[in-house]
Amino acid sequence: MTDSHPPLAHLKRQIEALSPSLGDGHRGRASLGLSALDARLGGGIAKGAVHEVLPCTTEDGASAAAFALMLAARISGPVGKILWIATDAQLRRGGQPYGPGLRGLGLDPDQLILVTAPDDLACLKAASDSLACAGLAAVIIEAGETKRLDLTASRRLALAAERSGVTALLLRPGESVIASAAASRWQVTSAPSARLPGQAPGHPMLLLSLVRHRGGARPFDMMVEWNNDDRSFCEPTLLRGVSSPVERRQLAA
Amino acid sequence: MFLPLLSADNWLREHPRQLGPRAFVDRAQGAMRIMAVDEIAEALGLTPGMALADARARVPELDSVPYDPQADAQLLDRLADACDRFTPSVALDPPDGLILDITGCAHLWDGESGLVTALATLLVRQGMTLRLALADTPDQARALARHGGELLRAGRRIRPSQINDVRPVYDGVGTGDMLTHNPETVGIEALSVRALGLGEDRTTALRRAGLVTLGDLAARPRSPLAARFGADAVTRLARILGEEDVRITPRRTPPALTCARRFAEPVARTDFVHAALHALAADAGAELARRGQGGRIFAVQLFRSDGARQRLQIETGQATRDPDLVMRLLGERIETLSDPLDPGFGYDLIRLDIAVAEPLAATQPGLDGRGDGAQALSLLTDRLSVRLGAGRVRRFAAGDSHIPECAGFTVPAGRPVLPLTEHATPAGEPPLRPVRMLDPPQIVDVIAEVPDGPPRRFRWRRQTHDITAFEGPERIAAEWWKRRDGAGLTRDYYRVEDSAGRRFWMFRHGLYGAEKTSPDWYLHGLFG
Repeated sequence: MTDSHPPLAHLKRQIEALSPSLGDGHRGRASLGLSALDARLGGGIAKGAVHEVLPCTTEDGASAAAFALMLAARISGPVGKILWIATDAQLRRGGQPYGPGLRGLGLDPDQLILVTAPDDLACLKAASDSLACAGLAAVIIEAGETKRLDLTASRRLALAAERSGVTALLLRPGESVIASAAASRWQVTSAPSARLPGQAPGHPMLLLSLVRHRGGARPFDMMVEWNNDDRSFCEPTLLRGVSSPVERRQLAA
Repeated sequence: MFLPLLSADNWLREHPRQLGPRAFVDRAQGAMRIMAVDEIAEALGLTPGMALADARARVPELDSVPYDPQADAQLLDRLADACDRFTPSVALDPPDGLILDITGCAHLWDGESGLVTALATLLVRQGMTLRLALADTPDQARALARHGGELLRAGRRIRPSQINDVRPVYDGVGTGDMLTHNPETVGIEALSVRALGLGEDRTTALRRAGLVTLGDLAARPRSPLAARFGADAVTRLARILGEEDVRITPRRTPPALTCARRFAEPVARTDFVHAALHALAADAGAELARRGQGGRIFAVQLFRSDGARQRLQIETGQATRDPDLVMRLLGERIETLSDPLDPGFGYDLIRLDIAVAEPLAATQPGLDGRGDGAQALSLLTDRLSVRLGAGRVRRFAAGDSHIPECAGFTVPAGRPVLPLTEHATPAGEPPLRPVRMLDPPQIVDVIAEVPDGPPRRFRWRRQTHDITAFEGPERIAAEWWKRRDGAGLTRDYYRVEDSAGRRFWMFRHGLYGAEKTSPDWYLHGLFG
């Protein structure tokens, strides 16, 4: 039977309207500025979806937060607004977002609105409200390790994001592998940066691992560097003395 | 309005049925002195300022209680709150008076006498003793109330044996016609010169000159008076006679617009209260639309029939006059109250004040049916500010300081800010400031090769980090010009990276040798 059969086509359209497909990127994709990364993701990171960012170990928390900010910077462009919602406990542990440091990453601090929630429930409520707000480009949600953020809750966030086109970046503490409706899950590890002259630490270097992807991209690891001048990811500069085994593997691949 | 027995009334509110004579005493001028008295003590001839020992000699059964001016001030404040229902401009006249500007408010209470009767009824039911006066100017009313006004109080039982001279006692105020005559007819000119409030010696001097009443003074030329009794005597006289009109400074600035609803029967049900609020918001919205304005700060006041008052306030980022939006924000505000609205026996007056209004032109929604993004964002920050508190929704602002933690401070989102424009990283440089700052900086154990050199290894959160690369020091001096001792420890900041590639920002607090013998190390920030 073909789609041209009127009642069936009508029914199909109705079903499509009822269940928006999650994270298939029909809201568009934001290029990450690195063609190798974009190619693996099928054109970039999907807008209007939930993406999970996890640190590999607890010490990589700042890198995971920085990666979420970098993704938000790619999605929002130079003027789009970003809302960062965090619980008091997470901010106490992980540190307060710092305006001059955001500028250092290439973000305009004026783009960012910071919301602090007293607990996880208030955090998730504020998150689902902000995901319904079309005036935002991205929402970074930093909740603690909470039972509240289960499959149902993450599905609710995903639906809200899908409806409004706002991208949610869910920063979860490490080692949590709870089922979720996220479009992708990233694990972030800090990596030694390319040294500047005088043995000074260089640009942010991250080892990204795509753990799962709803669009069907194969899991992969990739070493990327962040260029804060043109706000994009780039290939790591090969100026360091000894390359790490991971990077050697990357180069061989 | 003058409350001559504020302390006594306050005491009796907490200790009912314990009549005096009672004096409120405090240590002053080297002795226990009476600060305030109750009516029986007053009738027995005790006055404030008298030493307690003298008073005891005269009235052995005198009961002395510590004078508590703070409690009295709180009570006066509460009474002022209760009086907010009559007029938005209420001023305190401490320590024991209130001044209400009822210009344009009287018609709501069937004229001035209706308002005064309602006011007297409210306060007398609260157990207060008061003198009320109504006059054209605040100073005139104040002089009349303090020196000639009618004394009103509830019918307390006073043992006649103790009293020789009892002033008229009103039983059951509010029903009779006790306020039918206009207090102004008492005659401002018949008041004693004491009403000028010039102090004891100058008042005596006036009396000796044969000037007993204000009428005597008013008939004289002013310049000799000023020459003999001081310029302020003439100024005060002019104010009391109403020749000069100085307006009161209300406790709260009068709102731009006020809508109120009074109920014949107190309402206690939440849905009725909500319906009334919605109607008020709609009224206010219509009036604002007529004026071409929108409200920024909305304050709801719920006056309970027992005199208590609850106040809720919401603030919007952009001017609005949409009643549904106002109600939604109010709903959020009510939900976040730590103790829910307690209607008690019900509210008899609900008022919506638009404290701040701004011009707001009519807007046309876009034809594509989608809202304006900036507007949607402002609605979101309003909702979150109301729900979580304004301090929890913040933006980054420029901090005029080179101390790192002061340079990146945040302000509530509704406030206008100077955007953070400094700290631009030079092209080609990595980020020089961390993404996240630890507040406060955390002390760490550091091993360095030389005490004033860069760190080699440190321990933080039970993890050892070997430093493989560093940049520094970036020397940041303390703000010595703000400190009294003109000193302060210098910080040497290092950007470091450990063997696993984690980047930190840490500092040595104090210059080795010059400022401190063994400076501490602190971890201040984390880079991405």
